[in-house]
Amino acid sequence: MEEFLSGCRRSLPIALGYFPVSFSFGVFVASSGLPLGLATLISITNLTSSGQFAGVSLMLVQASYMETALTLLMINARYFLMSLSLSQKIDQKMSTLERMVISFGITDETFSLASLEQQTLSFPFMAGFILIPIIGWTSGTLAGETLTNLLPASLQSAMGLALYGMFLAIIIPASSKSRAIGEVVVLAAVLSTLMYVFPLFQGLSNGFQLIIATLLAALYGAWRYPVEEKE
Amino acid sequence: MTSYLLTTVLVMAVMTYLPRMLPLTFFKKEIHSRFIRSLLYYVPYAVLSALTFPSILYATGNIASALIGGLAGIYFAYRQKGLVFVACMTVICSFIAQIVIPF
Repeated sequence: MEEFLSGCRRSLPIALGYFPVSFSFGVFVASSGLPLGLATLISITNLTSSGQFAGVSLMLVQASYMETALTLLMINARYFLMSLSLSQKIDQKMSTLERMVISFGITDETFSLASLEQQTLSFPFMAGFILIPIIGWTSGTLAGETLTNLLPASLQSAMGLALYGMFLAIIIPASSKSRAIGEVVVLAAVLSTLMYVFPLFQGLSNGFQLIIATLLAALYGAWRYPVEEKE
Repeated sequence: MTSYLLTTVLVMAVMTYLPRMLPLTFFKKEIHSRFIRSLLYYVPYAVLSALTFPSILYATGNIASALIGGLAGIYFAYRQKGLVFVACMTVICSFIAQIVIPF
């Protein structure tokens, strides 16, 4: 129980950051004329940002199921890497069912924060750790689709920065402590910006751009600054 | 129409869940390769950085207010102020910028 609560506490910032993003997703779906409740259903079953926006855009043009499946798979391929990485960090005694439960909650944000935890990740910790972001994401969407005009537009758009602020609070202190991490962070930022700017990469989905920037930067780190051997 | 929407939601959910679930559930070996372990060590930092840049500039729909919020975030992050505080300061500074700066 203690571990469960500690998981809840550790992921609270993620849930708060999710609220405005999922709020805007709710507004987007409701304002595109889709039935009320659909946005919340999508959020509680998908728990992802770019994939949901892409999926709804496809819905609106009556895309085929195959087209939707392939697009979503491309955008979400990055979760494969994150899931593999977490498989090394979790309690090895976790059962198959427990693994299937916690893997539902893997997002860019929960993955990153969970990976940076010091200790091995137990099932109760991870259960709490994914529960709060799921609540934040779903309730934000529900609020967005029902109360589309609750917040002034300027405040709503400013709140879109909350998640990025949180990311800065993680990568900047880590970079100033470790030169290796600093170089990886700068390289990932540069690669991601280059792919955003150059038309050559515009055909790639956001998810794929993220994988390429991440892998190249992490490969550089692993090649240039290998971590200490475990005993 | 409704059945099309619901089936599409199902397709989306499955295609989001599978890549999350398969490796974590079925890969139960410990990786010993020093290179792979190093790679996985750097991945979270690289992901967060690639997620933040350049998207942070476009997060408010107005580059100037996003830039001010982002710079405030970098400053408070550098001063090691903690996740929630830094997140709040980026939002507050960007919100003030939107009100103060005439566009």
